[in-house]
Amino acid sequence: MTELREWFRRLKDKLVHILVYLALIAALTPLFSVLWEVFRRGISAINLDFFVKPTPAVGEVGGGVANAIQGTLITIGLASLIGVPIGIITGMFLSEYSETRLSSFVRLFNELLNGMPSIVIGLFAYALIATKIGFSVTAASFALALIMIPIVSRATEEALKLVPATIREAALALGMPRWKTAIFVALRGARKAVATGVLLAMARIAGESAPVLVTMGYWKWWFTGFDRPVAYLALNIFLFAKSPFENWIALAWGSALILVVIILGINVIVRLLMREKSL
Amino acid sequence: MSSLHKIEVENLNAWYGHQQVLIDISMNIKDKAVTAIMGPSGCGKTTFIRCLNRMHELVPRAKVSGKVIFDGVNIYDNGVDPTWVRRRIGMVFQKPNPFPTLSVYDNVAFGPRIHGIRDRKLLDQIVKQSLEMAGLWEEVKGDLRRPASALSGGQQQRLCIARALALEPEVILMDEPTSHLDPISAAKIEMLIRKLAEKYAIVIVTHNVQQAARVSDYVAFFYMGKLIEYGPTKEVFERPKSELTERYVTGKFG
Amino acid sequence: MADSGRASQNHTFFPKASSNGKGKLKVFLIGDKAFKVFTAVVASSTFLIIGLMVYYLYLGSWPSIEKFGMGFAVGIEWNPVKGVFGALPLILGTLVTSAIALLIALPVSLGVALALSEYMPKKLSDIFSFFVELLAAVPSVVYGLWGIYVLIPFLREAIYPSIKSSLGFLPFFSGPIYGGGVLTAGLLLAIMITPIMSAIMRDLFILTPSALKEAAIALGATKWEAIRTMMSYARSGIIAATILGLGRAMGEAMAVTMVIGNRFQLLPSSLFDAWYTMAAILANEFIEAIDHLHISALINVGLLLLVINLVVLICARLVIWRHLKAVGGIMRE
Repeated sequence: MTELREWFRRLKDKLVHILVYLALIAALTPLFSVLWEVFRRGISAINLDFFVKPTPAVGEVGGGVANAIQGTLITIGLASLIGVPIGIITGMFLSEYSETRLSSFVRLFNELLNGMPSIVIGLFAYALIATKIGFSVTAASFALALIMIPIVSRATEEALKLVPATIREAALALGMPRWKTAIFVALRGARKAVATGVLLAMARIAGESAPVLVTMGYWKWWFTGFDRPVAYLALNIFLFAKSPFENWIALAWGSALILVVIILGINVIVRLLMREKSL
Repeated sequence: MSSLHKIEVENLNAWYGHQQVLIDISMNIKDKAVTAIMGPSGCGKTTFIRCLNRMHELVPRAKVSGKVIFDGVNIYDNGVDPTWVRRRIGMVFQKPNPFPTLSVYDNVAFGPRIHGIRDRKLLDQIVKQSLEMAGLWEEVKGDLRRPASALSGGQQQRLCIARALALEPEVILMDEPTSHLDPISAAKIEMLIRKLAEKYAIVIVTHNVQQAARVSDYVAFFYMGKLIEYGPTKEVFERPKSELTERYVTGKFG
Repeated sequence: MADSGRASQNHTFFPKASSNGKGKLKVFLIGDKAFKVFTAVVASSTFLIIGLMVYYLYLGSWPSIEKFGMGFAVGIEWNPVKGVFGALPLILGTLVTSAIALLIALPVSLGVALALSEYMPKKLSDIFSFFVELLAAVPSVVYGLWGIYVLIPFLREAIYPSIKSSLGFLPFFSGPIYGGGVLTAGLLLAIMITPIMSAIMRDLFILTPSALKEAAIALGATKWEAIRTMMSYARSGIIAATILGLGRAMGEAMAVTMVIGNRFQLLPSSLFDAWYTMAAILANEFIEAIDHLHISALINVGLLLLVINLVVLICARLVIWRHLKAVGGIMRE
């Protein structure tokens, strides 16, 4: 009887070993499928026109995503202008004054903001801004900035933690005031890590489409002002994917390809950089 | 004090990667006695006892060669199941490590449970006996459901001893069991060790020379991975054969 | 007082201390104070934002709240022409798809986390962890696109028919198959939340003190039995990770709306049938809506989603705090 039990125990142990690896394969298969399909279907859509022409009109053949690339860059730029400074300052506060009660609140709310569905954030930006000036880049950038803030703040806080206390103490011992130390010594020392955090935040919002949808909607032309919408690459994928037009579907895959290459590329580069730093 | 050899170690060598930490160790562990392994830090004493219950090999890039013969079997032979070895050769660690989310009862019952004992009455008996043997029963019998993390350091270590005893091992390995405890708890554990030696073979690693002298019947002195001297405690301390041993026990180094 | 003749011997490099040294100190401290206040104000904007969010969404929902009140959450009709809106089917759809997603993602994430932390050698584990993290970086629209043109055909041709033929007697699997629908959405969500959940769990497992597993191994436990003790210790963290995954699944709009079929109905006829979720209807209808009541009904749905999501996130936080207190341990969130 005990022999049977022993065999059973060993069996369970081996079974778990196999299941665990099966889970890993199950989890990674979609990734490789997505990457493969995006590459396969997207590469055929990439040509010079792709980068040069704007969204084709209904029924028009060919076309490109040039206006979407322009629009995406403008939107990300504006969003970063708002979100990055706020994120960095918040991160500095959390790092310098982490013992205060206020900082626990701030961390909690940062966490909540981070976990908010992006479409709800978009609705807020709509209610706050788009109701006043209409669907616009400004509203979209505001929504995207809100998404960036917790990411940049967390990255800044972690980066500042890594600055050795000895460096700060050296500055303080020489009579530098605490606030100057925080900015010119600590932040400067952490600037590479903070920059990577900012890059990652930008990569993240480049892929966001839900908040852009409800603050800006679709736009088929070039940039015409901050109180008007622009074309956004990630959102275009949504629009094109559901359409019946062959060339639009092809553009969707092509856009997906460049988005994936850029976003995953940034993630890969950042991780490689971080690995070097920690040595 | 029986002269039965519970464990025979023959030409044991151990490595961490390329670094050799044990060099050609041969010695015996006698039954119903306390054998102390002493030496300065880094001499290989912890690695040594971890080789006795096949725990050393869990470290990545660890290697072992030589024989450890227990109950007529070389535990390093192919086909020997390490969990079988560990059931019969128990271990108590330096830092008390009861399962924090489990109750006192469940901690002690853990071993028997995973080895197949389900009968509630039998488990109750085993738990009571083990806690009594470890000298903890009186202090916890009122509430066995209390979480193990609620006990004091000394109590936790005795709980770990009870947990090891619940499997009714034949040998108990102890890796510096009192080094994280206050002097009073440490003394209680030393008394417990003497009591347990009436039934079990105990191997205790210690960096405290006085403890080795107080608690053990046999003592082995390790230095830089080699076994320098082994013998009955009285002899090794009063008439050490090696000069190194003499310097160590008189406190000139380590 | 040194003679002026000897002054050069004790020259200093610093200007002589000014007579209003006290004043200098005041300025010194004001800089620090100002910095503290300034950064604190900026940092506090986060909770201002969350408060404003609730407020503005409430404001935007007002026409809908005025007309339907609490009944909105249990209403079952959605008709922009008639001006009747109710969110119950959306709530149900959100809950069911998220539940399906969790049912699939939880065991898979556990398995992945265990594989990465307990079974793989460190170098391999680092590489595969990296791939799992890449999964999290893929934008939702790309998952949606892949869902429409790759996953749906695959499920429709290769998987669903076999499920239907073997389990078709159950009401869940007895409807017509078109490829998308509830089950597909749940599966896609599972794929999307697995990387986050397994990353949290993996870090959790790496941080549990190895003394626990060692104790179990020393008692003759098999590797799996030792892992079980670790999981019992990490239980709260696993629950927290699950709750976070739930929150993420409930809020996902684009990928879901691209595969779920967007059919407003109280209950689908089977898991293969189309349905709708709160986030999906927002993605689908918001920019087309022109009628004020319609827009406010949609914002009302957004408000519901916001509130539910906040509750979920706060629960996850509370679970983590309780764990930290109970085990008194060092656990990074």
